[in-house]
Amino acid sequence: MTIPASRKLWLGYAVAMLWLFALLWPLLGIKPEGLEFADSFALWSTLALASAILLAFWQLKQHGVFDFVSRPAEAVSTVFSKATGRVPSWIWLVLVLAGALVFPLLTERYAQDVAISVLVYICLGLGLNVVVGMAGLLDLGYIAFYGVGAYTYALLSVHFGLSFWLSLPIAGAFSACAGCIIGYPTLRMRGDYLAIVTLGFGEIVRIVLNNWMSLTNGPNGILGIKPPGAYWWSDGKIEHIWLGSLEQFYYVILALAVCTVVAVYRLNHSRIGRAFEAVREDQTAAELMGVNTLGIKLLAYSLGAIFGGLAGAFFAARMRFVSPESFTFIESAMVLAMVVLGGMGSIPGVILGALALIALPEVFRGFELYRMFVFGGVMAVMMIFRPKGLWPAKRMGTRSEERD
Amino acid sequence: MREPILELKNVSAAYGRIKAIKDISLVVYPGEVVSIIGANGAGKSTTLMSISGVLPLTGGEIYYDGARIDGIAADLLPARGLCQVPEGRRIFPRLTVEENLDMGAFFRKDKAGIAHDMNRVFQLFPILLERRRQHGGTLSGGEQQMLAMGRALMSRPRLLLLDEPSLGLAPLIVQQIFRIIREINEADGVTVVLVEQNANLALQASTRGYVLETGNVVMEDEAGALLANPDIRKAYLGE
Repeated sequence: MTIPASRKLWLGYAVAMLWLFALLWPLLGIKPEGLEFADSFALWSTLALASAILLAFWQLKQHGVFDFVSRPAEAVSTVFSKATGRVPSWIWLVLVLAGALVFPLLTERYAQDVAISVLVYICLGLGLNVVVGMAGLLDLGYIAFYGVGAYTYALLSVHFGLSFWLSLPIAGAFSACAGCIIGYPTLRMRGDYLAIVTLGFGEIVRIVLNNWMSLTNGPNGILGIKPPGAYWWSDGKIEHIWLGSLEQFYYVILALAVCTVVAVYRLNHSRIGRAFEAVREDQTAAELMGVNTLGIKLLAYSLGAIFGGLAGAFFAARMRFVSPESFTFIESAMVLAMVVLGGMGSIPGVILGALALIALPEVFRGFELYRMFVFGGVMAVMMIFRPKGLWPAKRMGTRSEERD
Repeated sequence: MREPILELKNVSAAYGRIKAIKDISLVVYPGEVVSIIGANGAGKSTTLMSISGVLPLTGGEIYYDGARIDGIAADLLPARGLCQVPEGRRIFPRLTVEENLDMGAFFRKDKAGIAHDMNRVFQLFPILLERRRQHGGTLSGGEQQMLAMGRALMSRPRLLLLDEPSLGLAPLIVQQIFRIIREINEADGVTVVLVEQNANLALQASTRGYVLETGNVVMEDEAGALLANPDIRKAYLGE
């Protein structure tokens, strides 16, 4: 790097550090006892020193100082990626699935609990992915369908004693109906307006759940929901058992997640999925090609709602308790963040996004206080450096020039 | 007298309170190529959008194939053989060429027929066959225009509405596009309504023409007569 370029880099770095201090000090230094500088300065100087060292290393790397390490490392990584590229993708799938299957045998309760919530969010993320990623409809009230599914199973279980497996399709159907009811008036809008209206409807559902005392028991929630049942071979005869333990819940939600992945994958490669994408790309052109755009959007919306409803029914069974508190806007935002972070329209991306947003905060429990701070920072950095997500959707085909 | 395939009777349409076309009447007979020429903002594209049912009429009637079609949802028209290639091509950039073409046949269920028509499109536009697996958005402007036309042809239209097919294309490509318009018309028997700013080229390819000015039809004639008309030559052919 030339001297002027280097000077420009360090000047930019200095400005950024000044800006960081201006941001940090009001957060850490203004206290009820008065203004204080020492704390914020200590933290700031650590950050500044660390980033300066990193920047210096980066500059040295640009000069080729570390070539003696990076050259062989690069060679190894190309060989490795060539070797992995030759392995057919179904082997990876089988490996991942096998890993997921043996997971509860190797781990403890806590890890299983986290894994269950990751899988629930994978279902939710994939459902929202149909709406946001494929059909391009920005939905900020998606969690409403999760709530509808959860309450459907809760009420059916408590009042009518219906089994989980019977209630699952009913919960899906109710969510689809809710999707149609909410979608029919709102889906005529485009872009930002749709986002605002769905946000409103999401809140309406939560507030209705909160205030309809006679049906939902309001903020007190519904207690005594039964876990899923199953018939199992024990002591020489088939008996009915409750799948109440954590591993059993894990396998139930794993099955549900795998079904969701398969369904979304099939949808992605169907003509209907392509129509979703056509409507996303250019609504007028799709209409001119004979696509009933309102119908297609309604279909995408209610299909997404079904996946949300199924996950909701599981959530109710898992918690044995539902209350409106679980279905706030922050949950919608969380699911949307997973989809955007992972890569809109990409199934592995959404799975990665759910893993990153649910599992990582658990791993870093020690930094709980700063969790939202880090979360925001990571999102901002991601959107600058990888705007298409962790694992961007790979649409079939590349430019022929690129291939040659 | 032949039955017209398309007839507009005193059609008016507006964007909000701004009237874009006023009392337009025009007739298209089967097998014709009819061009609508005029300056920017004369209402050419608006006329096509009204025919396609995207823009609701404020007055008048549209008949297609003997039946009234104004007020019918836009997405039902391609199945009846009326398809539009919109201005600016508007292909689906993140779908592949093949998928774009398949979207054109969205309402059709006959797989064999679709495959047959796709072959016909590839025959008309060999470059699309070459780029079959590429994203629509990575094509050049001319290729995108071909893709848009191919996509419309996938619906097996009897009446094709073409909005500014020459927009922003190199002269050589434009000639190629117009050659194909003639071929579609002659070999496949598709009736074509052509909206163009490039009046010279459009009229040379057409049987008849309409001239639009600020939302009104100011002239209609055989294409040859319009080409010879001194007023037209002065206003639209740059003489």
